[in-house]
Amino acid sequence: MGKPIKIRAKIKGDFAEIKALMPHDMESGLRMNPATNQPYPAHYITDVVAELNGEVVMTAYWGQAVSKNPYVSFSIKGAVAGDTVTLRWNDNKGDSSEKEVVLK
Amino acid sequence: MHRRLVLKGIVALGAIAAWPRLLWASRPDAAFIADNADDAIMAVFGQMPVASEQIKLKIPDIAENGAVVPVTVSTDLADVESISIVVVNNPTPFVASFDMGPRMVPIVSVRIKMGQSSQVLALVKAGGTLYSTSRDVKVTIGGCGG
Repeated sequence: MGKPIKIRAKIKGDFAEIKALMPHDMESGLRMNPATNQPYPAHYITDVVAELNGEVVMTAYWGQAVSKNPYVSFSIKGAVAGDTVTLRWNDNKGDSSEKEVVLK
Repeated sequence: MHRRLVLKGIVALGAIAAWPRLLWASRPDAAFIADNADDAIMAVFGQMPVASEQIKLKIPDIAENGAVVPVTVSTDLADVESISIVVVNNPTPFVASFDMGPRMVPIVSVRIKMGQSSQVLALVKAGGTLYSTSRDVKVTIGGCGG
């Protein structure tokens, strides 16, 4: 299981703004380990899925070049207080993490 | 030479697979391994972008730390299907892509790595057509090899 996602969600008029931090190494596979002279193995988030009340509203596909401990923000139209936003990631080693927030 | 040929083949296959879809059902893996921006874009979209002034790409002109470069892409275009970010001079230029359902406001922010100074492209697929805008970003300390 991956580290927990941190989410801040705020309703701004007719949309909800979601800001998320996903603690993850996001190792590109290019960075050299000076001790062994070999690159650190690639380990990065490949997919991020956002759901509103269980329905997928956005799917993101990422490569190695998203920064360490990824931050992402996006906005969902027509989301109101009481709606549930779920964010989930999967990485290239089969780890995943999921977090749910109820909009206030 | 040979590796490049194999990669091109994989990219071409990806292009065929991605072509008929409006939204990808799965991750466009071929785009993420392509070592050249055009190949990556073709692998995902099967078309090259048309320049658009209706896309806003917010990114620093000078990024002091290439490991963490904040990017925001937004657009006034209607019927947005996806927003993607490409760093032309990165070893694998295709950075991220966001499939936007109809409930999404067409704006997304993320932090990316840049290995060196590069042109950065924001791609928006809207109504079946691919649009882009670009910015040149100077990187003081690269963020790939570390």
